[in-house]
Parts: sequence; C-alpha cells; structure tokens
Amino acid sequence: MNTKIAIIGGGPAGLAAAVSAFDAGVKDVVILERDDKLGGILNQCIHNGFGLHTFKEELTGPEYAERFIEKVRERNIECLLKTIVVDLSEAQGGGVTVTAMSAEKGMFEIQAEAVVLAMGCRERPRGALNTPGYRPAGIYSAGTAQRYVNIEGKMPGHEVVILGSGDIGLIMARRMTLEGAHVKAVAELMPYSGGLKRNIVQCLDDFGIPLKLSTTVTDIKGKDRVESVVLSKVDEKNNPIPGTEEEIPCDTLLLSCGLLPENELSSMLGVDLSPVTGGARVDESLETSISGVFACGNVLHVHDLVDYVSGEATEAGKHAAEYVLGKTPAGEEAAIALETGNGVRYTVPSFVRPGRLENFLTVRFRVGNVYKNPEICVYLGDKCLQRRKKQICAPGEMEQVMIKKSDIEAMAPGETIRIAIETE
Amino acid sequence: MKRDVVIIGAGVVGSSIARELSRYNVDICVLEKASDVCEGTSKANSGIVHAGFDAEPGTLKARYNVAGSRKMEALSRELDFSYKRNGSLVLCFSKNDYPKLEELKKRGESNGVEGVTILTGDEVRKMEPAISDEVVAALYAPTGAIVCPFGLTIAMAENAAVNGAEFRFNEPVTGIKADGDGFVVTTDKGAYECKAVINAAGVYADAVHNMVCADKIHITARKGEYCLYDKKVGGTVSSTIFQLPGAYGKGVLVTPTVHGNLLLGPTATDTLDKEEVNTTKTGLDTLQATAAKSIKAVPYRSVITSFAGLRAHEDGGDFIVGESSVKGFYDAAGIESPGLSAAPAIGEFLAGEVAGYLGATEKSDFKATRKGIPNVALASKEERDRLIKENPLYANVICRCELVTEGEIVDAIKRPVGATTLDGVKRRTRAGMGRCQAGFCSPKTLEILARELGTDITKITKHGEGSEFLSEHKGL
Amino acid sequence: METKNLTCIGCPMGCALTVTYEPGNRDSVKVTGNTCKKGELYAIDEVTNPTRIVTGTIRVSNRKNLVAAVKTKDVIPKSKIFDVAHELMKISVEAPAKIGDVVVADICGTGSDLIITRNVE
Repeated sequence: MNTKIAIIGGGPAGLAAAVSAFDAGVKDVVILERDDKLGGILNQCIHNGFGLHTFKEELTGPEYAERFIEKVRERNIECLLKTIVVDLSEAQGGGVTVTAMSAEKGMFEIQAEAVVLAMGCRERPRGALNTPGYRPAGIYSAGTAQRYVNIEGKMPGHEVVILGSGDIGLIMARRMTLEGAHVKAVAELMPYSGGLKRNIVQCLDDFGIPLKLSTTVTDIKGKDRVESVVLSKVDEKNNPIPGTEEEIPCDTLLLSCGLLPENELSSMLGVDLSPVTGGARVDESLETSISGVFACGNVLHVHDLVDYVSGEATEAGKHAAEYVLGKTPAGEEAAIALETGNGVRYTVPSFVRPGRLENFLTVRFRVGNVYKNPEICVYLGDKCLQRRKKQICAPGEMEQVMIKKSDIEAMAPGETIRIAIETE
Repeated sequence: MKRDVVIIGAGVVGSSIARELSRYNVDICVLEKASDVCEGTSKANSGIVHAGFDAEPGTLKARYNVAGSRKMEALSRELDFSYKRNGSLVLCFSKNDYPKLEELKKRGESNGVEGVTILTGDEVRKMEPAISDEVVAALYAPTGAIVCPFGLTIAMAENAAVNGAEFRFNEPVTGIKADGDGFVVTTDKGAYECKAVINAAGVYADAVHNMVCADKIHITARKGEYCLYDKKVGGTVSSTIFQLPGAYGKGVLVTPTVHGNLLLGPTATDTLDKEEVNTTKTGLDTLQATAAKSIKAVPYRSVITSFAGLRAHEDGGDFIVGESSVKGFYDAAGIESPGLSAAPAIGEFLAGEVAGYLGATEKSDFKATRKGIPNVALASKEERDRLIKENPLYANVICRCELVTEGEIVDAIKRPVGATTLDGVKRRTRAGMGRCQAGFCSPKTLEILARELGTDITKITKHGEGSEFLSEHKGL
Repeated sequence: METKNLTCIGCPMGCALTVTYEPGNRDSVKVTGNTCKKGELYAIDEVTNPTRIVTGTIRVSNRKNLVAAVKTKDVIPKSKIFDVAHELMKISVEAPAKIGDVVVADICGTGSDLIITRNVE
C-alpha cells in the first residue's frame, strides 16, 4: 500500500499531526496505532487540566483526546488500529518503507512519501534506577498503576510510597488517596520537584501528603510483596547519606522518575538522536536528519502539557504536508545551529534554516536547575537579542522563546543562536 | 498410589533428571516448593556453559561440566532452546600471574577441554576491542558457550512432562521417611509413597538429605549479584570474559547473554538466609567496579535491571551426585557453578543409576524432541506472516520492547508445565524482560493470564501466593 | 489578619502568592506575587471558598475489569472532595455510555452533575 504521509502513533501527537496535514492539503494520510483505540495514554489520564490552551476550557485526558478523534473522523482519515509498526527504513528512490503487522493484514508494508514520528514515550523503570533490594510484587511505574486504577478499576496497593515527583507520580498520589489508599510520602531525589506547581498543590498539599526532597529509596524489602522501603537523604552529588535512613512500611512503591522518548523505530531508520532528550534532532520544521521524516510530541522531547504536544504536532503535520506537496520553502542555505548556553539543557529545534521560517522561530527548551528571578537571554552571535525576566524557571516546566525571522536573516555567516539563563 | 520416583526440586538439575528418567518406564513425580520450574538458583545465574577448564581435575565438577558442555549444543537442537557457542576468555592483568594462566590451560587439557590456547594482550584486543588495555594475556577456550537458563530448564521440564512426568508446584517437602523398601515423602499438602527419592533441592538439598541420611551435609547459600544491560550495548563483547583470580579477588564476568543483552556479575557473599535474593548497593557498586577492570567502559547508564541468585555451596566444595548412604535415596547436592553446564550430564547419570536400581526398561515411545514457543521477534517476515495466518494472536504485540505477542503468551500458559504467573510468562516468552521492564506489558499479561487460567485478575501473582499484584477497592 | 502562602495554579507559571486576609471577609483579601488577574482571583477564592473539580472512576455494571471515567461538571467545594469520592465507590453505570452523559445530578448536594468523561463501549 502507498500513502502520502504515514503517522506512527495515534496518541495526541499523531492525531494533531494527521488533522493538520490533512488541512494543509494532503488527504492521503494514514495513522498507525498499536492499541485498539485512538488517544494513546490520554485514555488513562482521567484527571482534569488538559486543554486550557487549546480549547480554553479544562478537560480530562479522554475528553481532550475525543476532540481530536472527532476531527480525524470528520476528515475520514484512515486509521489502522491494532497495528504495530515493526520497522522503518528509507525506501530506494525516496520515501520511507513502513513495515507493520496486524491480525487483519498479517505482515505488510506501506510506502510513504513522508513520515511523522509520534510514538510518545515510556517511563523509566526501577531497573534503570538500579535501586537495590528485593524484587517483589508491588513495584510499579506510576503510569502502569494509573492504568490499573483508571481503566481496569483495580487497586495496585493500599499503603503507598512514591519515588519521584514527576506529574504522573503526583497525579497518582491524589488518585490513590481518593480510591482509599494511604499515600505515605513522595520522595524526590532532586532538591526540587519536577512536577507542575498546580499538581503539587492539588495532589499533595490538598491531602497532606509529604513531599520529601533530596531523598531517594535505598532499599526495598519484602520477598513476595513489598513490605517496606527505606528512604535516605542524599547529598549534593545525589549519594545517600548514611545515618539518614527511614524505613517506611508499605505494600506498594510507585516510580515516577522520568519519561524516555520511545525512539526504537527512529533508530532503525537511522534518525540522528540527541543524547540529552533521547529524541530526534530536528530543524525549525520539526524535520529530522532524514528528509521527509518529522517528529513531534513526547517522542521528540518530553512535554509537560498535552496542549504543547498538540501545538507541536500541528506544526509537524503542516510541514510534512508542505514536504509532500513540494511546497517546502527553499531555505537550502546552511542551517544555523542552536546552542545551549548557561542553564539550558536542550533546545528544540537543534538547527534552523531561516529561509523556511514564516515570521518567527519558536524555540522550546528546558532548564537544568531551578532559577529564581532569572533572565532568559537569546544571543544571535555575540549580540544579545532578547532578555526576558521571569520569576522562576524550573526543569519541570518547558520554556519558550520566539525569534523574528528578520533578526535571524540578519545574522552573519557562521554565527549561532544561543539560549542562556542569566541570574544577577 | 505408590510412585517409582519422587524428585525434589524443579530447577535445572531436577528438570534434567526428570527428563532423562522419563526415557524409562518409571512413574515420576517432581515436587517443587515454588510456583513454577526454574524458580531458585536456576533463574538467577550467569547463563554460561563453561568449557570446563576451571574445575580441579578428578572432581565431579570437572567430570560433569565437561560432559554437560559437550551435550549442550545437541540438546539445544533437540529441545529447542537458545544456545550459542561464543567462546570464553580468562584475562590476565599482570605478567606475575602468567604462570596461573598456564596452569589453567594445563587443567583444561587434563579435563579434556578442546582447543584451549593462550593469547597475547594484543591478540585478545584484536578479537575483543572493548577489552582493557591492562590485559597482558588471556586463556581462550573456544568451546565456552552461553545458554538461556530458563529456556534450558523449561524445555527439559516440558519434555519430561510430555513423556509422563508429573510436576507438582507449591509443595515444599516437610519430611521424608524410609519405609520398608521405599520412602514416604510428605509435603504440606500430602504424602507421596515412592521407591526412590532424588534430592535436587538446590540450596535446601542439605535439609532434604539430612531428613534421611545419618551422614549430614551442609550447604551455604552464596549470593551472587548481577547487573543486566540494554541490548543496545549487548555487543560490547562477544565472548564470555572471565578474570584470572588475582590480588583483587575472584573477579566477575562480563558476557553477552544468548538474547543479546550484556551481563555483569556475580559477586560472592555467603548468607544465612536461603531466600536472601536482594541486591545491595555495595554489591552492585562492587561488581561494576570489578568489571571495569576487564573492559574499557562499563555502560553504567544502560543498566535495565539487577538481580541476585544463591548458589548452593557444599562444605566439601564439590558436587555430591549419586546414591547416598541410604539405598534408593539419591543426591544431586551442592550443585553450584558449573551446575548449569553440568545439569544435562548429571541428569543422564542419575537417571541411569535410578533406572538401574528400579530395574526399569526404556520406553519405546519416548519423545526426544520438543518444539519451543514460536518466537515472533526472531521470525522472518514470511514466518511471521504464516504464524499470523495460523493464529491472529501472533500479531497482537503485548511486550513492545522484546516484541512478544499474545499468541506466544497464550502458548506459554497452555503448554505442559505451563506458566501460571507473570514471572512464568516472562521466563517462557521474554515478555517484560526488555528495557521498560514490564511497565507496558504487565497489565495486558495479567489480563491474558486471568482469562486463560479462568480466574480473577486479582488472583494472578508475580511468582506464587503472596505476590499478588492487584486487589479490589478497600473503600475509604 | 492572617497570612497564607499559596502557589497559583492558574497556569504553569505557578506564581508564589502571599495572601493576607481577615477570615470570613472576602473584601479584606490582599494578594501579592501574582502576575495576572487570574492569580488574584484564585487567591481570593482559595482563602474564602476553595473549590476543585473531582475526577474518578465508577464501576460499569455490565463489564468486567473496566471502569468508567467521571468528573464533576463544575467545581465543587474543596471540603466535599471526599464525599464525592465516597459516592463514586457506591455507584455504577451501564455500558454503553458516552462523554457528557449525566450519571448523577447534583452529586452530594454540590450543585454539580457527575458526568462521563470517557466513552464506554
């Protein structure tokens, strides 16, 4: 089978990309989704807080997903459900060969002129943390627990300790509490939380759940089921401080220790990945190192709001359509690199072709630490173009700057764009 | 009903004995305290088929290791489990230790290990570029191999079951009485009369032996901790890399696994608690630091899990294999490393002994081969297509990291000695063994287990009673 | 006068608000630290009449191992969160149900309806 644009993943990124590509004039779009329904992880995110930016109202995850699913349905965009993509490769003569499998079609190939990578991310498991102790039942990543509670209606445990204060962990602290569990503590390795402020307020503070910063799990006890975990304070190098151990009896340990973009397929295709984000290195059009291959959403870099995922995916879908329609603006001049200055962990995009910009370049980035009263500075070459004061910048909240196309075009050859955090 | 033989323990040794004994016209009952085969020492080890140069010549370890190693490849074809002859290297870090390397070579030769040679440091690095620059020489044993310890154990158990052996799980043996010309083995669930007993109880083999025999044995549980790394660094080395015991201690190994991961371990600490399979910060730190001597760079950030196993070390230091001081009571005790390599040979030997004792004849209809669960991840496109046409469940991917399908999981449950737990499914199919460590697939696997076993999802366990995952709401 | 430190939840900015107020007197509330009007309104509400949307699940009477997702259509008093959570454990819905269906009108006397937020097939 042939298609103009294949979209890998039917979660929020894939849905928005499909709609946008369609609206930009490419009607031949296909979404490949491994689950039996669209919406991805939003289906289990039944809490509210989605859509404030996109729809100016506060929706739950499934409601938010439904808005986009409706748009996909209205446009009759083809969706192959229960279909897993097992390989992506560059086709001879251009485009990408998507190899997929499903019960209905067996093994099959799709020749696509362009591909949008929208596979999302996964949770960092206990093994990757190398937490010592036993390996009993009762240790779940927060998202897995969320699925048990919110889809299947089963309790993963009753006396709970949560390691990591990522948003899913915070959301699950409240969720488990409302389902009758006793959440005893949320431990966070860093001296600050990686979660959104409002989640700390509404998920922990509202229920008197203690957030223990600079704290980690140093032992897990219980041979069959978790019986207790040992929490220890950590020093500035994140090493446990002997003598600070506190054993907390519990039957459940939830882990909310970060999300990792799921780029196995991108790697198979040979897409250049950033070691910092684990996602593709992309240009201003969200195009990866392989032409015609675009990336958006959590497979590109982990977002904290689905609204931003939809926004990014809308861009990716539009650019994929332009690519297919041969409308990609020239911009074949040398790409300008974006560099991370003080305090900035990464930027998306990694490079920009000014000729391809409409009016502005939007740069999304994350900082590596908590900064109070910082200035976000944008340098073009040596010249400081922008200096924006903020009350706070934190790793948990994505930042964004906009740079005028004309300013970038005025840069001297060889100069780079640098985003930095400056404090007094 | 009086059985011919009760085998205590369904680890790799018990399963091997059961499989070999099922060649004969003998009623076999295997009693296992855990919920599945391969739940003790057999599930947490290096997965190495040792060439056989390490054991002292003349010991049972040497004898069964070399014999087992020679049998393993053919067995892997007969019973369809993963095996790869990747060769072993023993690294020497100091010119002063060179004589020890030569001694090891001699030992290998006198044990009958084929092709053992000594390589220079440069030759080693040419073969394995990741090897540390400090290595001055190494012993190379081309017959060293790697195997899937779960695959081996499960394959032998399944084949034994197909040939009539009965496996009873969740039945710890609480007593054995010699009774006339036989025995009564009691568990917490019942009593089993039999003519012969084979003790393959791993770290508990001393307790089982001592229930019957006046000459006591003593087994120490020796803990070994391991770190397992992502497949993306599985190609760090291609051979199994040992360290020559030196001033820094016994050393740890660095090896690819048969499934393409990288494995480091084990440590060695004696423990009084025979269930103490926890990892420790000290252990994990030590083992990675020790392995760092062998290879240029330990891929610390790519670790996907760590685990610990207990080896059954008998005070005498050698295997105890054969009839005990009590007629009809046989031991396979103190089976520590190289026990996995030796298991096929121990099974063959003990089966022969016991069959002889019982005067049993060989079956005419013994099924020597077994076909494993289809492996969709490794199947070619055409094979996958055929599998999916045959059963659409082979298209439904449950574990995305290892590409394991619903069809394979259902197979794992429905087979003889089928999986009843999440760990059981994992060991049979690799679902949950990948980099996400079951975060994504476990809800689906629990659902499939509940459906296929006709039980409620809240009854499904990780590894037997007490390790349930889910419960109903307790209410506020 | 009382002083309370709050974190604004109006947007991801999470402004640190300092609120001084006389309990029970809405007009007495003074807010600093906010960067927009939303912050001020949030702080006033939070010290006089805190509210939340409650989300959760209820049983689906004719399905196994599947629950329906629900929420209070509007915000409810913070003090009623557990009353609603309790109620959710008692009630159920029959499949099929679709987003927006009202399961319970005026749940727990909060004035808000409880509605379905995920289609149940």
